[in-house]
Amino acid sequence: MSTADAPLPPDLRSDVAAMAAAEHHARMAAIPALMAVQARLGWVSDAHLADVAGLLGLSPADLDGVATFFNLVFRRPVGRHVIMMCDSVSCWIMGRDALCARLCDRLGIRPGQTTADGAVTLLPIVCLGHCDHAPAMLVDRTLHGDLDEAGIDRIADALAADTPEGPPT
Amino acid sequence: MTERPLTAMIDPAVGPPDCAAYGRAGGWRGVRAALRDMTPDAVIDVVTRSTLRGRGGAGFGTGQKWSFVPKDPAATRRKYLIANADEMEPGTFKDRLLLEGNPLQLIEGMIVAGYAIQAGHGVIFLRGEYHVALDRLTRAIADARATGWLGADILGSGFGFDIHVHASGGRYICGEETALLTALEGKRAQPRSKPPFPQVGGLWGAPSVVNNVETLCNVPHIVANGADWFRALGLGPDGGTKLYGVSGRVRRPGTWELPMGTPLREIIERHAGGMRDGYALRALLPGGASTAFLDAGQVDVAMEYGAVEKAGSRLGTGLAILLDDRTCPIGMLHNLEHFFAQESCGWCTPCRDGLPWVERLLAAIEDGTGEAEDLDRLADHARLLGPMGRTFCAHAPGAMAPLASGLRLFRADFEAHIHQRGCPLRQAA
Repeated sequence: MSTADAPLPPDLRSDVAAMAAAEHHARMAAIPALMAVQARLGWVSDAHLADVAGLLGLSPADLDGVATFFNLVFRRPVGRHVIMMCDSVSCWIMGRDALCARLCDRLGIRPGQTTADGAVTLLPIVCLGHCDHAPAMLVDRTLHGDLDEAGIDRIADALAADTPEGPPT
Repeated sequence: MTERPLTAMIDPAVGPPDCAAYGRAGGWRGVRAALRDMTPDAVIDVVTRSTLRGRGGAGFGTGQKWSFVPKDPAATRRKYLIANADEMEPGTFKDRLLLEGNPLQLIEGMIVAGYAIQAGHGVIFLRGEYHVALDRLTRAIADARATGWLGADILGSGFGFDIHVHASGGRYICGEETALLTALEGKRAQPRSKPPFPQVGGLWGAPSVVNNVETLCNVPHIVANGADWFRALGLGPDGGTKLYGVSGRVRRPGTWELPMGTPLREIIERHAGGMRDGYALRALLPGGASTAFLDAGQVDVAMEYGAVEKAGSRLGTGLAILLDDRTCPIGMLHNLEHFFAQESCGWCTPCRDGLPWVERLLAAIEDGTGEAEDLDRLADHARLLGPMGRTFCAHAPGAMAPLASGLRLFRADFEAHIHQRGCPLRQAA
């Protein structure tokens, strides 16, 4: 049985239950609970979505409707690292298309895909609020701004050195 | 020397102040003045007289917005004061500065605003990608609870207030105040019909006020220094300072706190350092992606609500996006309409189906497969979706603002794309 099919770990279950109890209405915890699952397990599988729905008193279909509305909730597996590259107007003016093409070349994937080794998922994202440092992108929780070709290459090199045993520092 | 109340304590080299440092630097004066010496209605009154208007884009009078909330004391009725920190308008990066640079200023503004409308429950709706802001807000709230600025009976006033931070799951539509409430309730973030207005029936049906971060950050300063002081900060009819910003091919893109009504030319040339060598200003969006284009010849406009409207656009968020003479205006419009089409919540048909149609037409024109009639179809969309009231919320009218103005300003570029079967700039490259 893969992690995706295994029941939610007990401590995560109790975290989600606590979130639901702390809110005025349990379903207010829907997004925080899904994000907590994702923070631990990388994404939200069907089985885990159903577990969370049960804890919040929602039907899985209802919660899936919520989960699939919000782009930061991943309903499919992603890589160990997720790159979100801004594709909005200021970054576009500052040349993000060419940099995205270069990053795709280096990773061997297109936006929306994950590298074959499972290391990196590349996603487009709307304006990241760093237009004074356009072009910009998030690598996991870290923002990289004022990107140029050399910057893209440095980040691609660091990610290429990543292995499941030893992530880059 | 110009006063910069919103950014006075912000020093990226040092990081945000803690509660004690915030107080030493002049913080907490607003909460003290409000909770010790003023009735809730007196707070609403001073904010109304200050002429403070919403800094999130719509520009609604803040005091007026608060005045619609039922007057029941916080202890007897559940009400919500919600900070809209879902900064997702493309080209906008001002609230991030306030959230990361001085989160306690927002917290103080929320306490005062909560007191004014007698709401005991504060929520910060923060966009999910603002990781640094989330860490700093979380720390600041814990600090404020530990030092008694949040919690029961603040300053012995009997008024209790606490703040919960909600990290959003994404989507631009969450910035629309009723969609934000729906999202907070753990549902798909679709806007709601009004009435009831949120001030009467908002989160879970309880009276709720949603204010932008920058709006709330102004509140403690107004309460501490008075309405006259605030009005005098502005150069024209609108009071206060404003966080302005510029992105695009300028020498120093950034954001600056300046008197409300500062001319756009001064912001671009003096603060942003002017255009980079080899680039000339062609046109601009004065306040985010959902504001209409202004021509380069209009840069002397004063950046205040009325003046920008008179020029044919909106102040919006006050952060301008510049189009230079080496960037294709059709490509820029395509990028903008891709954004709006993708971010439509899908609830109402004209927006859900119309915006992707606009995006496809623009893509065809940019790629060289566009026809002359496509310009008529684009104009149809601008005409039919542009006015408020044709769609459920302001998303589609916002999307049509750059399109309608772009069709007028860039007519020759559109025709060149169609006659030359593609983008002349790309063909020349």
